[in-house]
Amino acid sequence: MENKIVTKGLKKSFGQLDVLRGIDLKIAEREVLCLIGPSGSGKSTFLRCLNRLETITDGEVFVHGENITDKKVDINKMREKIGMVFQHFNLFPHLTVIKNITLAPTELQIMDKEAAKANGLKLLKRVGLEDKADAYPSQLSGGQKQRVAIARSLAMNPDIMLFDEPTSALDPEMVGEVLDVMKKLAAEGMTMVVVTHEMGFAREVADRVIFMDDGLIVEEGDPEEIFSHPKEPRTIDFLNKVL
Amino acid sequence: MSIINVISQSYPSFLAALLETVKMTILTLVFATLLGTIIGLLSISKIKPLKFITTLYIDIIRGTPLLVQVFVVYYGIAQAFKPMGFSWNPIGGAFTAGVVTLTLNAGAYMAEIVRGGIESVDKGQMEAARSLGLPYGRSMLKIILPQAFRTMLPSIINQFIITLKDTSLISVIGIRELTYNGKILAANGVTMVMAIWLTVALFYLIPCTILSKSAKVIEKKVAYGK
Repeated sequence: MENKIVTKGLKKSFGQLDVLRGIDLKIAEREVLCLIGPSGSGKSTFLRCLNRLETITDGEVFVHGENITDKKVDINKMREKIGMVFQHFNLFPHLTVIKNITLAPTELQIMDKEAAKANGLKLLKRVGLEDKADAYPSQLSGGQKQRVAIARSLAMNPDIMLFDEPTSALDPEMVGEVLDVMKKLAAEGMTMVVVTHEMGFAREVADRVIFMDDGLIVEEGDPEEIFSHPKEPRTIDFLNKVL
Repeated sequence: MSIINVISQSYPSFLAALLETVKMTILTLVFATLLGTIIGLLSISKIKPLKFITTLYIDIIRGTPLLVQVFVVYYGIAQAFKPMGFSWNPIGGAFTAGVVTLTLNAGAYMAEIVRGGIESVDKGQMEAARSLGLPYGRSMLKIILPQAFRTMLPSIINQFIITLKDTSLISVIGIRELTYNGKILAANGVTMVMAIWLTVALFYLIPCTILSKSAKVIEKKVAYGK
């Protein structure tokens, strides 16, 4: 299978602080990869390096075979194909739900207004919110906001989706509805990289789980291996705390 | 009722003067909004020299009185650039100099308002826009500025009101706007000095009140989803 994302010796420092200390990783097409680890381990930073929301300090990141750290790469074009979902949704509060979804495709002239709207409504239906098209984000619950955010990303028709702790800011009763949408997406064959604290989700949906600590990959394997037979003491210690 | 007397006797001169004041204010507001937006955007730029220049400009304007700025622009520039053939007269004289000064002045304050407005928008908004593939400029225009504008609006209207009142200082270089007109009338009609200046005050009060009331209406209009 083709590798969608490849990182080689990826390092990221914020001033004196080394957040990522050399990450080598290959993510295959249609793979669902979950990143777990204690806070401050660098998982979110790693994710943000994959679409250059963070400029990397050293190493290389290839997406679709292109080195996105190369200054010559059109990063905007690259980002169109990499959807991102944030912990705090980051919906555009001044726009209705449907405008949130259609803004990028129409602004970037990928679709005309009509087509974008039709597509937007289809996506809303997919996340179960077709009746909220004309609502403003402030009128939605957290779970609804996050589902809209997923629909907004999908509107660009990406072939990779990055999820940065998508359920961490949600009330517990709303976590399920967001995870359900993500499960459907995974089942449809989307390549997904998910930073998460939802161990149940990782166990059920991930093809591979990566445990990160202190800016390095400590252990990786299929969910069964990581959750039932972790080898590294740091992994065991972490899982004991969260499970 | 001597105010009524003053108005009924001198209303043509007051209307002409009001027109000057309003003309100067509107021109200044248009240019200052443009200038302020550009300077404000440059001031959040990551490019150090740009940031330095904008900070310097804002500091100079804020650190000197408007009246001095009027003199520097009108008399100072005229003399300094005279050897190169520059004169205010062929390009609108004192009126143009007045608008230029007020624009430079209000532009600096507007820049601070714009910068503050942009910085008040959560940085996740820019990240979300960029991660969809929107370029920086488009993200700023479509996502950040519309949200910033909402927080900026009360300060912008406030600056508009200040600018309108600041036009009175342009009287010192001989523009017959409301204040200068008052001075001329007061010099001729000694007995009604109080009434004349109260009339002048009234002519400022009315447009200022309209501005601040319309701000309230606009604020309600731009509120979304509340």
